[in-house]
Amino acid sequence: MNKKIFLDPLVDNNPISRQVLGICSALAVTVKLEQALVMTLALIFVLTMSNITISLLRKYIPSSIRIIVQLTVISTLVTLIDRALMAYMYDISKELSVFIALIVTNCIVMGRADAFAMQNNVKDSFFDGLGNGLGYGIMLILVAFFRELLGFGTIFDFRVISPEFNNGLMLLAPGAFIILGLIIWVQRSLTAYVED
Amino acid sequence: MKNKYVFILSITLISSMLLALFSEGLKERTALNKELDKKKNVLQSIGVNIQDMTNEKIIESFTQNVKEVTLDISGNIIDNITHNQLELTINKINGEAKYEYLNVEYLPAYISDSRNAIIIPVSGKGLWSTLYGYFAVDLTNYSTVKGITFYQHGETPGLGAEITKDWFKSSFVGKELYLENELRSISVLKPGQANDADLYAVDGISGATITSRGVEDLLKRDLLRYEPFFRKNK
Repeated sequence: MNKKIFLDPLVDNNPISRQVLGICSALAVTVKLEQALVMTLALIFVLTMSNITISLLRKYIPSSIRIIVQLTVISTLVTLIDRALMAYMYDISKELSVFIALIVTNCIVMGRADAFAMQNNVKDSFFDGLGNGLGYGIMLILVAFFRELLGFGTIFDFRVISPEFNNGLMLLAPGAFIILGLIIWVQRSLTAYVED
Repeated sequence: MKNKYVFILSITLISSMLLALFSEGLKERTALNKELDKKKNVLQSIGVNIQDMTNEKIIESFTQNVKEVTLDISGNIIDNITHNQLELTINKINGEAKYEYLNVEYLPAYISDSRNAIIIPVSGKGLWSTLYGYFAVDLTNYSTVKGITFYQHGETPGLGAEITKDWFKSSFVGKELYLENELRSISVLKPGQANDADLYAVDGISGATITSRGVEDLLKRDLLRYEPFFRKNK
């Protein structure tokens, strides 16, 4: 059971390419690999922690106000991380602050809290958070790989293509839409999945 | 269910307590970090390599290399007012910083005798946010650029946020501000258009035209404010 909860969101039920959630940040922070990686780590942390918290509280949360409770928990977690980074890792926090704040608006976090952690025990919720976080990260890194490669001609700031072949469009939002669209198309052709 | 009000109230209370506690507990540390970060940026703007320095080393190097000066708007050094006494207000529209003490405007700066530079704080609007940085100019001719740094901004990572990267900052070093005794400042052009031999222009950032233009504008505006001092001592 745990294995499936963890592995499913990586590819088959990927939050970005299959459920098309969390697109906002997938477009915003995929200009460079480094940022995509950092965003992935931050999201995994928040998603896992919020899943655990919501799962612990699930028996006490009145269902009519569950969304507000989830929002409160998630934004508290995000603010806590932001503050902690500012105090203990100021240099990193300066680079990340923008992404960290973005996590609150990420549909995946609330989607998992409401769809999974509200019904399942703490252990399963933990694996679900971890799996979805990683699934999100895989897509982010894939998109960032192509955008950085084609837009800047670099991989992790290491130059592989001469600057005159750079495509500025890849650095802007349309570049992300195109790459993400292509990835979703390839995955759906391979798995023959259709939206019902 | 009637206890839902009690529930949401207690959740809200717990999280606000947590946040307040965290924020208050870490306030001092965060303020220290910010102060240290400014010192780092002042040092970087005059080319001190701070890469491997511990925090104590940075503070030591700062006191060794840099002394603060306060200028009035006509460019005279005012001895008895320290930077801490100046009250800072930021113009929300263009990001211009105004420093006042008892309702009189002053200009803070740093002078480094060891590196022969004057460092001025600069600020202005980028695309999403106000950019804050330091700009260092040669202390003898007041024209040759020693360096530039940005310590605070909210620009898009990978695009506007490239202003904090070495390739962008180092492109300013060695450029000139004055042409035949007239302040030209530095133009930030479209990427690839700045010629190395052109002493008054640098390359901008791909995909961040507005941030690049913001840097150009803020330099010109803030340099003009310090020009009386430059002219007096040139």
